[in-house]
Amino acid sequence: MTILNDIIQGILLGGLFALFACGLSLMFGVMDVINLAHGDVAVAGVYLAVVLIPASHIPALWIFVLVVPAFMIGGYLVQRYLLQPSLDSGAITTLLVTFGLSIVLENVLLEVFTANSYSLNVGSLVSSSWQVSSQISVPYLDLVILGVAIVVLVALQLFLVRTRTGRLVRAVADDREAAELVGANYRHLFAVAAALAFGTVAFAGLALGAYTQVSPTAGPTYLLYGFEAVVIGGLGSLWGTLAGGLVLGVATTLGSQVDPNLGSMLPHLVFLFVLAVRPRGFFPKRAVT
Amino acid sequence: MSALLEVSDLSVHHGQLEAVRSVDLTVTAGEIVAMIGANGAGKSTLLRTIAGLHTPSRGTIHFDGRDVTGLPVHARVAAGIALVPEGRHMFGSLSVEDNLIAGAYSRRRGPWTVDKVVELFPWIGERRRQQAWQLSGGEQQAVAIGRALMSNPRLLLLDELSLGLSPIALGRIYAVLPELVSAGLGVLLVEQDVAQALSVAARVHCLLEGRQRLSGRPSELSMSEIEAAYFGTGRAAASVGEAQ
Ligand SMILES: Nc1ncnc2c1ncn2[C@@H]1O[C@H](COP(=O)(O)OP(=O)(O)O)[C@@H](O)[C@H]1O
Ligand SMILES: [Mg+2]
Repeated sequence: MTILNDIIQGILLGGLFALFACGLSLMFGVMDVINLAHGDVAVAGVYLAVVLIPASHIPALWIFVLVVPAFMIGGYLVQRYLLQPSLDSGAITTLLVTFGLSIVLENVLLEVFTANSYSLNVGSLVSSSWQVSSQISVPYLDLVILGVAIVVLVALQLFLVRTRTGRLVRAVADDREAAELVGANYRHLFAVAAALAFGTVAFAGLALGAYTQVSPTAGPTYLLYGFEAVVIGGLGSLWGTLAGGLVLGVATTLGSQVDPNLGSMLPHLVFLFVLAVRPRGFFPKRAVT
Repeated sequence: MSALLEVSDLSVHHGQLEAVRSVDLTVTAGEIVAMIGANGAGKSTLLRTIAGLHTPSRGTIHFDGRDVTGLPVHARVAAGIALVPEGRHMFGSLSVEDNLIAGAYSRRRGPWTVDKVVELFPWIGERRRQQAWQLSGGEQQAVAIGRALMSNPRLLLLDELSLGLSPIALGRIYAVLPELVSAGLGVLLVEQDVAQALSVAARVHCLLEGRQRLSGRPSELSMSEIEAAYFGTGRAAASVGEAQ
C-alpha cells in the first residue's frame, strides 16, 4: 500500500515537472530554441511574487494573476528583441544568449535578495492533507498543484488546437516559410510561443515556491529536470513532456522511499536509461519532409 | 489598364551566383503568364523573390501600382500575392482542414472557403481530418493550391504546378484556371510541361541561366525558337531533357 502512496505522490510531483517542462518543449518545438535560462525564469517568478505579495496585498495563492501575465509579456519581448536577433545569426549564438540570460538573472537575484531562499506562504493548504485510506494520504497542496498543472496544460493545448494564432504556432513549427506564405509574421508567432513558455514556467515557479524553499541559484537544477522530462517524452511533443514529467516524479518518490539520496538520483538514472534505449524519447515529433 | 504585377530589371543573387538576371515581366489581372526553362534556370528564385522570400540585388517589384520590393512576405500576402511553392510545403502535423484554414490567416476578404476548395477537389471532403503528411505528393499539391486560394489572392504564383499531380487532378486544375482568371485573378505559372504551359498561357517567357531568352504569345513563337531558348542551343538535343 505504501508503494501505491508513493506512486500517487510521484504523479502529483510529475504534474509539476510537466508544467515546468512544457515551455521548454514548446520553445524547442516551435523555433528550435533551447532556453538555458528556463529554470532561472521559474525562480525569478518566485522572487517577483515575494516582492508583489506584500506590495499588492494579494494572497500568495492568487498572486499568479499578476506574475503570469507579467512573464508572458516578458517572454514575448525577450523573444522578439533578444532571442530573435540571435536566431538570425545562428543556433549557437542563441544558445549562448540564453546562457547569458541565465547568468544575468541569477546574479540580479543574488544582488537583490542575497543568497537567501524564499518560499510562498499559501496558508493552510501546506499543512492539511486528504486522508484517502489508512495508508494513503494526499497533501492538499500537491492536489492543487496537479490541478493547476492539468488546467494549464489543457488550456495550452486548446489554444494551440482551436485558435487562429495557436494553429499558426503549430504551423510555423512545421514549416516556417509556408507560415510566412499564408501571411503570418513568424517573428510574432515565435514570440507568442515564448510568451506561452514564460507564462507556464512562471506558474511552475509559483507552484515550486509554494512547495519548497527556492534559492536564487536553483534554476539550473530545475532546468535539468525539465530537460529530462522533455527528452524522455520526445523533443517537441507536449503530451510526451507530460508523460516524461510523470516518469520523473514517480522515480523521485519511489527512489526516496528506498534511500533519500536515491530519490534525487533515480530520476537521472531513469533518464540515462531512456536515452540509451529510446534516444528520441517515447513520443518523438515526427520529422516532416 | 495598368499591370497587376510589374517586375523591372530584377536581379537576384544566391551568394556569388546570380540566379536571376535583369528580368522584366508584367502580369495583368485576368491573365495567365507562363515561365518555362530548364532546371536551375532561376524560375523558382524569380517566383520566391516576387513573394518576398528572397531579396533582390537590383530592380523593383510593383504590385497594383505600389512598390512592394521591400515588403516582408506576410505583407505581400495581405496585399494579395499568394505563392504555391515548389515542393508543396504542407503543415505536416496539421489536419488537411487546418492547412486550409491556416491559408485564410491573412483575413483577406473574398469568395474562398474550405467548402469551395472541397468543391474544387472533392476527395478532400472525406479526408479533411487526416494529417497532411499522410497524403500523397499529388494530394498535397492540391491542398497547397487550396491553401493559397484561401488567402483570396489577386495574383497567384504557381511553382511547378503539375509536379506529382495525377492526370485527373491536373485536368481539374487546368479546367478551373480559366474560371479563376476570368474572375480577375492574375496567374504566373512555372510549368515543366511546356505544351501545357503554351496551351493555357496568354504570354510565355523562357529563362536560361537566369536570363530572359524569349518572350511572347504562344501563337507567335515557333517550336524551334522555344527549344533553342530552353536549351540555349541552336538545335535542341533530345537527351538534354530535364532531370526531373
Ligand atoms: N537557396 C538557395 N541557395 C543557393 N543557391 C540556390 C538557392 N536556390 C536556388 N539556388 C541556385 O540558383 C539557381 C536557380 O535555381 P532555381 O531558381 O531553383 O531554378 P529553377 O526553379 O528554374 O529550377 C540554381 O543554380 C540553384 O542551384
Ligand atoms: Mg524550381
